[in-house]
Amino acid sequence: MPDEISWYESFWTYLQFTWQDLAKLALDHAIVVIISVLLSTIIGVALGVLTYRTERPRELTLAVTGTLLTIPSLALFTLLIQLPLLGLGAGSVILALTMYGLLPIVRNTIVGLREVEPAVVESAQGMGMSRGKRLWSIELPLAWPVVLTGVRVSTLLLIGIAAIGAYINGPGLGDEIFSGLAQIGSATALNQVLSGTLGVIVLAILFDLVYVAIFRFTIPKGIR
Amino acid sequence: MTDSAGTIEIRLEDLSKRFPGQKEPAVESLSMEIPKGEIVILVGPSGCGKTTTMKMINRIIEPTSGRIFLDGEDVTKVNPDHLRRRIGYVIQQIGLFPHQTIAENIATVPKMLDWDKKKIADRVEELLEMVGMDPGQYRDRYPKELSGGQRQRVGVARAMSADPDVMLMDEPFGAIDPITRDRLQNEFLRLQEDIKKTIIFVTHDIDEAIKMGDRIAILKERSQIAQFDTPERILVNPADDFVADFIGRGASLKRLSLSRVRDVELHQWPTAQEGASPDEVRRVLDASDKSAVLLLDSQQRPLRWVNADHLGRADGGHELSKLGLPAEAVVQPNATLSDTLNEMITARYSTAIVVDADRAYQGIVDIDTINETVRTMREAERGRLRPEQTADEEDGQ
Repeated sequence: MPDEISWYESFWTYLQFTWQDLAKLALDHAIVVIISVLLSTIIGVALGVLTYRTERPRELTLAVTGTLLTIPSLALFTLLIQLPLLGLGAGSVILALTMYGLLPIVRNTIVGLREVEPAVVESAQGMGMSRGKRLWSIELPLAWPVVLTGVRVSTLLLIGIAAIGAYINGPGLGDEIFSGLAQIGSATALNQVLSGTLGVIVLAILFDLVYVAIFRFTIPKGIR
Repeated sequence: MTDSAGTIEIRLEDLSKRFPGQKEPAVESLSMEIPKGEIVILVGPSGCGKTTTMKMINRIIEPTSGRIFLDGEDVTKVNPDHLRRRIGYVIQQIGLFPHQTIAENIATVPKMLDWDKKKIADRVEELLEMVGMDPGQYRDRYPKELSGGQRQRVGVARAMSADPDVMLMDEPFGAIDPITRDRLQNEFLRLQEDIKKTIIFVTHDIDEAIKMGDRIAILKERSQIAQFDTPERILVNPADDFVADFIGRGASLKRLSLSRVRDVELHQWPTAQEGASPDEVRRVLDASDKSAVLLLDSQQRPLRWVNADHLGRADGGHELSKLGLPAEAVVQPNATLSDTLNEMITARYSTAIVVDADRAYQGIVDIDTINETVRTMREAERGRLRPEQTADEEDGQ
C-alpha cells in the first residue's frame, strides 16, 4: 500500500480541519474546571478555617473529603445524574468536580494555618488584634503559599477528571475522547482520542503557567 | 482603694489560674502591687507560673479567679482586645509579622486605633530612631532581612507604638547571643530612664533580674512570692533558703553588677607624660610603692605600662612610648563593678584604668576598691535593716 499515509500525517491533517472545534472544547473544559476550582476553594478554605484548631472536626473533615476522592468518577457521575434538578450535563459535572477538588485544598488550608508560627499569632493577640482580624490579616496571608499549592494540585486533578464528565454529556475535551472510543477501528478514532488527550495535557500546562503568575503576584514579598 | 491609684500602676488581687485537667493550680491566689514607672522582674525556676502570671495581666490567659486593676480600674472583665492595646507586649520569639515591612509591623496598634496616616508615619520614624535604627534604611525592610538583635529592637518599638503606660516582657532578651544581649539590656535601661514605663519582666535568669530590675519578685511553685524586694535587699537579706538557693552562691559577686565605677572612690597610680625622659619617669617610679608607671599621651589618654626593665632599655636609646606594655583593661565611669572586676582579673597589675568620656585618665580601680565597696554596701544594708530586726526582737521578748 504505497499511498497509505502515516498516522501522524493523518493526525496533522485532522488537526488542521478541526482545531477550531478543539479550541472550543478546550475552552469549555477550562471553564468547567475554573468554576469547580473556585467552588472547591471557597468551600475548602472555609472548612479548613472552621476546623483547623479543633482536633475532632478537623479529622472528620479530612476523612470525609478524603473518602470523596476515593469514589470512582464514573460511579459518582452516574449517581449524581439521578439527582433532581441536575441530571445530565454541566451541573452534575461541576458538582462532582467540586467534591473531588476539596481534599487538597482543605488539607493544605489546615496544614498552612497550623504551620503559622505560634509566636506570631500570640504577638498579634497580645497587641489586641481580634480573632477575625488575626485570621484575615495574619494567619491566612502566611498560610497562603500552602493553600495556593493545594488549589494548584486540585486544578490539575480536576482537569483530568473533567474529561470523564463527557460520559454524562458534560462539556469539554472528554467529548472528543469518548466519541473516538465509541468508534474504535474507524479512520478518525485514533485522531479523536489523541487530540482530546493532548488537549487535556496542553490545558494542564497552560493552567500551571497561570499558577506561576498567581504565585508571583499574590504571595507577600516578605515570605517569598 | 483609690488612694493607691496614684503610685500603684498594676494591682493583682487573689489571682488564681487552674488549667483544665491539672490537679495543682498554676497560680494560686497571688496578690501583688506594681509601682508606677518601675521595672518589676518576675523570676523563678521553670514551671513556677511566672509566665502564666504575666499573661493574666493582659488576659492572654484568663484568670480562674481574682481581680486585676490597671491604674485603679478593674480590668478583669473589660474587652480584652481593648485592654491589650493599652499594654505593650514583647515575647522571647518576638513574633514580628514576616509578611509585613518593619514600618507596617510597628504601625499595628496605631492602625487599630485609627490614627491618621501622617501621625502613624511620624510615630514609626520616632520609634525606629529611639531604638537606634535608621528609619530610611530599615522602614521598608522585611523581618527576615534583619539580625536577631535588630528584630528584638523592632519588637520593643512595636510594643511601644501607642505609647502604653505598661509593658509586659517575657524573656525579651532570651534568644539572643550573650554579647548582643548585654548591649540590648544596657540600651533598654537607658531608654527606660527617659520613658519611665511600668514594666513587668519575666526571666529565669537571676543575673538578668538583678541587672534589669528596680524590684524583683522571686516566685516559687504556683507563683507564690518567696520575696518581693529591691535587688540589693534580696542579695543582702534573702528571705528564706529558697531565695538564698535561687540567687546562688556568688551573691556578693552579683552585688557588683549593682554598682558602677562612678559610685566608688578611685585610687591613683603613678603617671608620666609620654615625652618625659627616662630619668624623670624613674624618679616617679622610685617615689611610689608600685612596680610600674602609667604613661599618658598629651591628651591624658593611657598609653603603656612602663617598669624598671623598660626604663633600662630606654637608657639604651629606645623611645619610651614604644617600650612597656599596652594599657589594657580601660573602663568608663558607667561600667558596672562586675564588668570592671572581669577586666581586672586578666589585666596587668590587677588594675583597671578608669577614663572619662574623652578617654582621659581619671584613676584606677583595684581589688582593694572592690573589696571595700562590697563591705560598705553590705554594712549599709545591714544598718538599714537593723532597726526592724531590733523591733522584732523586742516584740519577742
